[in-house]
Amino acid sequence: MNMNYEQSVKRLEEIVAKLEEGSLSLEESLKLYEEGTLLSEQCRKTLNEAKLKITNINEVAENG
Amino acid sequence: MKLQSILSVTQLNMYVRSLLDGDENLTNVFVGGEIYNFSENARSGHLYMTLKDGNASVKAVMFAGNAAKLKFRIENGMSVIVRGRVSLYERDGAYQLYIDDIQPEGAGSLAIAFEQLKDKLAKMGFFDSGKKKKIPNFPTRVGVISSPTGAAVQDIINVISRRFPLAEIVFAGVPVQGEGTGEIIAHAVDDFNFLHCADVIIIARGGGSAEDLWEFNSEVLARAVYNSKIPVISGVGHETDFTICDFAADLRAPTPSAAAELAVPDAEKLSDYIGILKSKIDKSVNAKFLLEEMRLDKLADSGFLRNPEEFIDKHNRHITDLTESLKNAVNAVYESNYNKAAIIISKLDALSPLKILSRGFSVIKSNGKVVSSVNQVNPQDKVDICLSDGIVSAAVTQIKKGDINEYEL
Repeated sequence: MNMNYEQSVKRLEEIVAKLEEGSLSLEESLKLYEEGTLLSEQCRKTLNEAKLKITNINEVAENG
Repeated sequence: MKLQSILSVTQLNMYVRSLLDGDENLTNVFVGGEIYNFSENARSGHLYMTLKDGNASVKAVMFAGNAAKLKFRIENGMSVIVRGRVSLYERDGAYQLYIDDIQPEGAGSLAIAFEQLKDKLAKMGFFDSGKKKKIPNFPTRVGVISSPTGAAVQDIINVISRRFPLAEIVFAGVPVQGEGTGEIIAHAVDDFNFLHCADVIIIARGGGSAEDLWEFNSEVLARAVYNSKIPVISGVGHETDFTICDFAADLRAPTPSAAAELAVPDAEKLSDYIGILKSKIDKSVNAKFLLEEMRLDKLADSGFLRNPEEFIDKHNRHITDLTESLKNAVNAVYESNYNKAAIIISKLDALSPLKILSRGFSVIKSNGKVVSSVNQVNPQDKVDICLSDGIVSAAVTQIKKGDINEYEL
């Protein structure tokens, strides 16, 4: 996944706004719909599969 | 000012009051003592009391607005430290303390130090609501500063792994009580800022006595929290415990668990939100499809698309008609030419010499040449007279020149 969760949600919100505006051609709508569907699946997958990671600040410091 | 004339009592009291009010040392004083003659005006909510020690006493009043903020009940005999200003009650000509805040003496000098530091930092703007940083909506990394062995960090891990397991906890283990702890925690805050390894920081400690929590009242810690570029949530002690760290933080949480809840969103709600977004795009695209379908229907409903056979028939008919017209035109041309030809042929036929001969005319030939003038023959010449059905051989007997019209043919 190239985008993090927050970016994905933001993009999804953009897509909703564009689609709801309704001025797009059918082709553009379908393209956005495809992207939006993919994003929503990704977001849900991210949420469902996430597992809390715990790092010690000393490791962060050592690894730069 | 020289007081030469006779003053009224009112004037005297006003003057003394102005002296007291004008003294900076008396505008914000901390006074320790025991409470006596305590009473509360049931209607106004103002508190009246006398504050005394072994040798002296002073009257004091705490107005309802400040009294409402007290976390404990005032009782006679209670040892307290009050903060307030000194002024004169002109009606009685008695000076008194106007109390802003009261701390039970149990906290002793710590309470005074607390109040004084809180006062100082407040004046420096450390607690201004306008300077509070916003807690991010989707923190990727949550910095947690707490005791590695305490329950606080466990509570935080539990809450975050339940609510928002997308996040990563970056943990800085620190002692949470004992001399110098405030500075160590301040360093941890600085470390997070230096390493840029958190989007939000939680400073957490479980409950304890005022003395246990004391290090969270450190000025160094307050400065580190105030200067932190990363928003800080303070979750120190229980709901009723307030520390300087709480005031300096961008957000105060009543407990460590509450701090964790304030730090991260709830994944379940996020999932619901994604569902709402998804249904919105479904709805929009469905609506778009419906619209396009309607457009198509409308198009299909009109002309050619509704009945293509009719269209083709129409064109076929047209072509048939054209072919027919073409045929007719060609026939007409043919016929007219044919008729013309027949006329010409009949004319030609009429002009045929045989036709003329058949009408009684004849052709005279002499020596194979057609004789068209009397000058071509002489008497006794032999000539052939050609008729329509044969030849008569004859001899010229006589030649007469002149107009043949005189002869009857």
